[in-house]
Amino acid sequence: MSTPEHSEHADSIDQQSLKHASGPYFGAYGGRWMPESLMAAMDELNETFEAAKNDPEFVAQVRDLNTNYSGRPSLLTEAKRFSEQFCGGVRIFLKREDLNHTGSHKINNVLGQALLAKRMGKTRIIAETGAGQHGVASATAAALMGLECVVYMGAEDCRRQALNVARMRLLGATVIPVTVGSQTLKDAINEALRDWVANVETTHYLLGTAAGGAPFPAMVRYFHEVIGEEAREQILAQAGRLPDAVTACIGGGSNAIGIFHGFLDDKDVALYGFEAGGDGVDTDRHAATITLGRPGVLHGAKSYLMQDDDGQTIESHSISAGLDYPGVGPEHAFLADIGRVNYEPVTDTEAMDAFKALCRTEGILPAIESSHALAGTIRLAQRMIADGAAPEETIIIVNLSGRGDKDVGTAAAWFNMIDEKDADAEISGAAAAAERSAADSEEK
Amino acid sequence: MTRATSAQKIAAARAEGRPALIGYLPAGFPDVPTSIEAAVALAENGVDIIEIGIPYSDPVMDGEVIQAATVQALANGFRVADVFEIVRGITSRTDAAVMVMTYWNPVLRMGVDEFARRFAQAGGSGLITPDLVPEEAGEWIEASEKHDLERVFLIAPSSTEQRVQRTVDASSGFIYCVSLMGVTGARSEVSSAAQAVVDAAHEAGAENACVGLGVSKREHVQEIGAYADGVIVGTALVAALRDGGVAAVGALAAELSGAAAKEHA
Repeated sequence: MSTPEHSEHADSIDQQSLKHASGPYFGAYGGRWMPESLMAAMDELNETFEAAKNDPEFVAQVRDLNTNYSGRPSLLTEAKRFSEQFCGGVRIFLKREDLNHTGSHKINNVLGQALLAKRMGKTRIIAETGAGQHGVASATAAALMGLECVVYMGAEDCRRQALNVARMRLLGATVIPVTVGSQTLKDAINEALRDWVANVETTHYLLGTAAGGAPFPAMVRYFHEVIGEEAREQILAQAGRLPDAVTACIGGGSNAIGIFHGFLDDKDVALYGFEAGGDGVDTDRHAATITLGRPGVLHGAKSYLMQDDDGQTIESHSISAGLDYPGVGPEHAFLADIGRVNYEPVTDTEAMDAFKALCRTEGILPAIESSHALAGTIRLAQRMIADGAAPEETIIIVNLSGRGDKDVGTAAAWFNMIDEKDADAEISGAAAAAERSAADSEEK
Repeated sequence: MTRATSAQKIAAARAEGRPALIGYLPAGFPDVPTSIEAAVALAENGVDIIEIGIPYSDPVMDGEVIQAATVQALANGFRVADVFEIVRGITSRTDAAVMVMTYWNPVLRMGVDEFARRFAQAGGSGLITPDLVPEEAGEWIEASEKHDLERVFLIAPSSTEQRVQRTVDASSGFIYCVSLMGVTGARSEVSSAAQAVVDAAHEAGAENACVGLGVSKREHVQEIGAYADGVIVGTALVAALRDGGVAAVGALAAELSGAAAKEHA
């Protein structure tokens, strides 16, 4: 049998590489479906990014921040009790993006883009956020680098994630609750785009996922590729071989594309993306974009999209605010079409069961987003065993994209762990506080 | 039936020594029959080209007034195919050229060729496409040639010389010159950037350069008319329809076109 290094070499001459796809198109997807007013800024961003990638000083800056600020490399932790109790003994390794500064993979992208904003001479960054993780990460990068930061967040999400709103404000950001449309992530992106059109000379739009017009999908992936590169090295060191499968949750798809990238050319490594199935894909309350969506254009890219027969965007639903988005990054649409990555839905219930399972077996509190990947992994492991795999010789890496501290309220309510009176008082108190401070900031 | 084009209407206005007046209203606001009546009122009060906007769930280039109107149209049950009935309703009763302004996904969903065929059949003149740039418009360029429709792309104060050239080369009918960096909405003054955008379009060889965004008053029409070939008014008309119905739309159109002043003279 050949060593991993040998088989990698053989693969690379066997097939055309899928790594480092530069866009603007990924097969039939991607491109720039956006207003002319923004095209000059997109060109400037693209040129700055291309130059930076090839500038050793920039590469060193990113590496230094990753090492000395974010705490990379993130650990690869074998989850033995989770494996035994839920995965039939299939070996499960967790890529611990939850241990990064600010608590998720999002920091990788914001530090890189904030550096690019400074290179372009921009003094202000704007960002959209759903659960608040990307908003918190953006506010963090802005504080670190002395940039003004404005975060657009759906008013509904502000209520769901009141503590993250306060967190962003503590970091010096202005949070603007978005009250138009469905008041969730997609409308926050619309408002951020309207802001960008009006302020593009001073402002960089720090998009938080691997979607949007070119160069965003390839650029956001570039800053997250470190996840897959580390995971590949770590599994070779710890297990002596590549995994059989790598799994991740998919909203816009940035954590997934980051870890998948390290394994795209390893054709024996199966890749799985788990979408938010909400109440179930047989209901109309879900966010399973690739599973049930159709190609269309939204927020600058052609990709799979949840839309009705008229091309109107359908509002998505998920217990996880971070996956509650009716679109998906264009590279995922391409990888789905060519069959390189398998995409499957996971319901709210499955995700919450997996959330609790990891808490109880490993002492790790995962984000609800990442719990979708865990739930999908449980299902996958059982399927692999049913197909005849020897559990102890089977390895799955799960991208644990974020920690679940922000989700304690949601989880406690889901599992009826708080006395109802107390919970109501606490939740309405937090919501009232968020609304008060939102009103304050709007007055200003 | 002869179908009026925006190019013909702009040429006719030029022959009269004035800019063409282009009036925007959303399709199906507040409902389909009223949106037809309001558009007819525009044409009867001096508007040369009617621009009908298709309500869309994610209108990133629109400000609050137009967003609210299109949200209401959708809530009242507007379907994209209703736009053909509206265009037919206007072209059968007026000699205005009728353009449709649409974000691109609804057209993609129906099928670009299918949309173009039905739109041309209804008597439409062409499409204004705020989130479609020439680089992505291959399918639309093909369909517009096949069905003899005008392609109106946008240029902005931020557009580079190279992009202006590419956009002018890809357009027909007129070039939509965005007067400022921002979204739709009435402003008290016309942006000083507008003339430079128009000049750039003319230098790139555009015969017709029309200015939109922030235009709401007769003074704006006159001021822009000094250097542009047409003037586009949207938000002010939508607000008039919202607040005062079809009669208010007609009155504002008459004021914008100068028809009201002529009547009183």
